[in-house]
Amino acid sequence: MSGFDLSGLTASFGGERVIGPLSLKVNDGEQVALVGKSGAGKSTLIRLVHEHVGRESSLVPQELGLVNALPVFHNVFMGQLDRHPTWYNTLSLIRPFSADRSSIKALLKALGMPEKLWTPTASLSGGQRQRVAIARAIYRNAGLLLADEPVSALDGPLAHLVMNELKKRFATSVIALHDVDLALKYCNRIIGIQDGQVALDEHSERLTSADIMALY
Amino acid sequence: MFSYPTVRTSLAFLAIAVVGLAFADIAITAANPWRDLGNFFLGVITPNFFSSEGLLTALLRTVAFAFVGVALGSFFGFFLALVYRAWPVRIFCAFIRAIHELFWALIFLQFFGFHPLTGVLAIAIPYSGIFAKVYSEILDEADPEPGRLLPPGTGRIAAFLYARIPDCWAQMRTYTAYRLECGLRSSAILGFVGLPTLGFYLEASFSQGLYSDAGAMLILFYVLIATIPLWVRPKLLPVYVLGAPFFLGEGLPIVWGNVERFFTEDIIPSPLKDGEGLSGLMSWAGDLMVEQALPGIWNTVVLTQVALVATGILALLMFPLISKHFGGPVRRTSGHVFLVVARSTPEYILAYILLQLWGPSMLPAVIALALHNGAIIGHLIGRQTNGIRLRPDAVTGFGRYSWELVPRIYRSFLAFLFYRWEIIMRETAILGILGIYTLGFYVDSAIQNIQFDKAMVLILITAGLNIGIDALGRYIRSKLALQTMPTC
Repeated sequence: MSGFDLSGLTASFGGERVIGPLSLKVNDGEQVALVGKSGAGKSTLIRLVHEHVGRESSLVPQELGLVNALPVFHNVFMGQLDRHPTWYNTLSLIRPFSADRSSIKALLKALGMPEKLWTPTASLSGGQRQRVAIARAIYRNAGLLLADEPVSALDGPLAHLVMNELKKRFATSVIALHDVDLALKYCNRIIGIQDGQVALDEHSERLTSADIMALY
Repeated sequence: MFSYPTVRTSLAFLAIAVVGLAFADIAITAANPWRDLGNFFLGVITPNFFSSEGLLTALLRTVAFAFVGVALGSFFGFFLALVYRAWPVRIFCAFIRAIHELFWALIFLQFFGFHPLTGVLAIAIPYSGIFAKVYSEILDEADPEPGRLLPPGTGRIAAFLYARIPDCWAQMRTYTAYRLECGLRSSAILGFVGLPTLGFYLEASFSQGLYSDAGAMLILFYVLIATIPLWVRPKLLPVYVLGAPFFLGEGLPIVWGNVERFFTEDIIPSPLKDGEGLSGLMSWAGDLMVEQALPGIWNTVVLTQVALVATGILALLMFPLISKHFGGPVRRTSGHVFLVVARSTPEYILAYILLQLWGPSMLPAVIALALHNGAIIGHLIGRQTNGIRLRPDAVTGFGRYSWELVPRIYRSFLAFLFYRWEIIMRETAILGILGIYTLGFYVDSAIQNIQFDKAMVLILITAGLNIGIDALGRYIRSKLALQTMPTC
């Protein structure tokens, strides 16, 4: 159960409606890209979906939500705090277990930063921080991925590497993207948002980047 | 200018202080004040480190009491901080921190006697209340986002350890280190009520006119505080905390009968004990109010207001001493030394010294409070001006001071000043023990006369007054939209 069917989604800021009312149904196996101008309401929609589907989803928010004082390992490990007893988590804070160390190291390797396992998060670059938040979401391993511009700070080849990784690991996802080519390549359904409403909803095979550019 | 609320508030406080000054008892009553002051300074520059072996023991005890008291305070304060949202906890913490360390010591002395527990609790209890408040403020400021992103079903302890503590850790550590420095000062002045710390030996040397011994003690104390970064190391901390309890000294054994008597007899208002009923209690309370509480409150408030404004003026005068916008490295270094000395000396010791030299009046108290607190605030805003970049063609000299710097730092200056308002009042009350007619004087005399019931009521009144000033200070700070970091 990783798809969802939500209706009557609305959000307002300071009395002004920024989203909806709209309905959104995502089936299992759909990898949805949310596209649209900045300020169209993509981030708000991701937040709304996250609130409604409960927390049974892996979220990568735009602000990342990293604990800056902790090393990369612990920030990723936080994705599975619910699977271990308190004593195990507390001990891991001081001296992580080797099984967790090797699995998180492998994950970071897949994201192209294996050497950063023990680096404090505060001293990472923007792109590295983004990948730590992605690693945490992958490690969390929920059925649904909700990600808000997860590769905005990554250069070309790295962005492809990470998107590929996300596509492989999450069968169902909703990802806000401003890069139209990435959206077409790594998602099978494109939803265009304009002024808080769904302006486009189509399978990606049936779209070209020119169709999407009409939204901007 | 007068349209600025900060300026109007400052002028109002200045006016109150001027009126207060008219009522305050400001005088130098000693026959030869300047000669005594001269002798004292002569003593400081000719320190005698070898007069008695008691000096090193006193230093050791001072450090030991500070470590045990601050460690316990930080431990309990941390757990109180976790439940600080509950208003009974807030009130409890506000109450225990509104009572000065010396008052706590005077209370515990009555039933634990000169047992080390008296000194330890006198520091640990008020510090718990302070730590609870500041730790909870630091924890509240932590970024809530990582906590929201944790998988559902994460245990509360794990969530706290991973998503809250790490981001607060550095700030909590800095604050605790700052409090350790305060703890050393508190520990030193506990000697004035008879505990075996520096204050005890300072008082003894002073009363015998041994200014060189007193000077040696003060110099050792400054060195102790100035070298904190060298000898307080994270790795050594467990050694200190675990070792300190063994260096508190033996003291005298606790007589448990005294403890019981204190709670069941001593602090019960005497009319109730003697069966005089409600009317007896009313007239007892009335007498206490008119003869002791009201004069005590009046003098405490007057002295606080005068000292507060004097602190502000001194802080504004002293911050250029360490500001890199003025003068050269030589003057700044000596400015630093002066400010470190002024803020490392507890108000109580400064007031004690000045009272010995000038005779009893409010003047030594005002100068002591203003020097100590003014140096603290002057240091903080002076450091702040070092972060200000002026345009290359900015005016220099007094024009730079009055046009470029003071307007820029004035708001944070006021924030610090109002933050310290409550601290100044707490100290003002306690200075009464030295013979100025503030609340502490009446508390101390009640204890001397073995009227613990009256002393307790007066201490409660003092605590209430502090809580009131704290609330008023917070109200003014929020009205003027002033912010401070807790480390002041």
